[in-house]
Amino acid sequence: MQGTRTAFFLGQRARVLRAIRSYFDACDFVEVDTPLMVPSPGLDVHLDAFEIKDTRAPRYLITSPEYQMKRLLAEGMPRIVQLCHCFRRNEEGSRHQPEFMMAEWYRTSAGIEEMMCDTEALVEHVARTLLGTAVIPAMGNAVDVGAPWERLTVRDAFMRYANVSLDDVLPSEEKFYELLVDKVEPMLGLGKPTLLYAYPASMASLARLTPNDPTTAERFEAYIDGVELCNGFGELTDPREQRARFEQDQAQRRKLSKPVYPIDEEFLSALDRGIPASGGNALGVDRLVMLITGATSIEDVVSIPASRL
Amino acid sequence: MYDTSDLRKGAKINIDGQPYIVVDFQFVKPGKGVAFTRTKMKNMITGSILERTYRQGEKFEKADMEERQMEYLYPEGELFVFMDQKTYDQVRLTAEQLGENKFYLLDNLVCDVLLFDGKPIGISPPIFVELKVTATEPGFKGDTSSGGSKPATMQTGLKISVPLFVNEGELLKVDTRTGEYVERVKK
Repeated sequence: MQGTRTAFFLGQRARVLRAIRSYFDACDFVEVDTPLMVPSPGLDVHLDAFEIKDTRAPRYLITSPEYQMKRLLAEGMPRIVQLCHCFRRNEEGSRHQPEFMMAEWYRTSAGIEEMMCDTEALVEHVARTLLGTAVIPAMGNAVDVGAPWERLTVRDAFMRYANVSLDDVLPSEEKFYELLVDKVEPMLGLGKPTLLYAYPASMASLARLTPNDPTTAERFEAYIDGVELCNGFGELTDPREQRARFEQDQAQRRKLSKPVYPIDEEFLSALDRGIPASGGNALGVDRLVMLITGATSIEDVVSIPASRL
Repeated sequence: MYDTSDLRKGAKINIDGQPYIVVDFQFVKPGKGVAFTRTKMKNMITGSILERTYRQGEKFEKADMEERQMEYLYPEGELFVFMDQKTYDQVRLTAEQLGENKFYLLDNLVCDVLLFDGKPIGISPPIFVELKVTATEPGFKGDTSSGGSKPATMQTGLKISVPLFVNEGELLKVDTRTGEYVERVKK
């Protein structure tokens, strides 16, 4: 029985990968494969990386291919996509694997709106290719992934589902995430996917601030049946602002007694040389396979889960 | 002390002076956010369910639980008296604390008594006990295999479902985890 289960899920997984590639191929993207061993794994305060021993200079496994892919934008590539494994320490559960697959793509001359449209079109294309319909089983409650999806600002989501004003929550990042996981996330993407956007500027990560509202950032996440599927940005391309944020992240990591990863200077000099206005998005492929197949655990849709290695 | 990474199904923790056993837990983390552990726990005294979300790394007091082998002595009013076989200490439990297990209390039965902070909160009887049938409809001769069952009352007051061939006065092996008939005991 185990054999046929594995064959079913891995068969569907292979079809999802093919459908993702066919979507980007049709949109004239170039598939790239950037290094997985890098000098800086990403400074996001809540992402922990694996350090690699026995290298001449310090190296880490990527937590996402973001810095390397943006360097390719600086080299003049207008549309790139990558399907690769990413590695995040201390993340294991029914929706997390310490090694998982990301589909990450970038478009120049684009911002958050184009990325949200790409996400809608990609997921609908994958659903129709595999299932012949835009209705997917998700986590047990069918969701129609046909565009357009619901668009909801972070501020409105907190008001609607946690009955609080973001201004009262935000002084505490911890409180924000507590309400997010307990009250808000479980209500997102029910019946129809939700694009949660306009994150507070303090959680901009690598997104640029919204030009007409600098209290928010051009960052969004898509949710389907309560499951976070991707994180996208209208990309920050200003090298000075980027360096300031990196230094802030480093200080924050130091304060929390977390390892302080180096700043990727090659990435910053790529921003210095100039990157056109761009949008990018990183989508969890394993989770997409879960939602398309109705699997309830990520362990069902990967070839060998970390717990059974 | 425990922290969230020690949480497992079956872990026993002390929350506000009450012992809880973890019945379910889930790792939850927004991609770029803080990690949490969502837990579902059962109060080991009242049986009530508590759901809480803990920050990763949050600390817990381990529930001070101890199991001691004790012998059941006798009922004393509303209470049931047990004696530690090593120290001869005696402890008393209420019918409520024993729950269904009170139907397995034969004289001198040796059980595990569960203590929280040194006070008894429940027992685990042996998995199988042998009880005598005190009341059931007469059995059918020769009917030893075909399905069908009937109610029977055991010497302790326990009511179970038994095969048709079982008679009053017979000794039966009963599974204390499920309260189900296992087999007849030939003596």
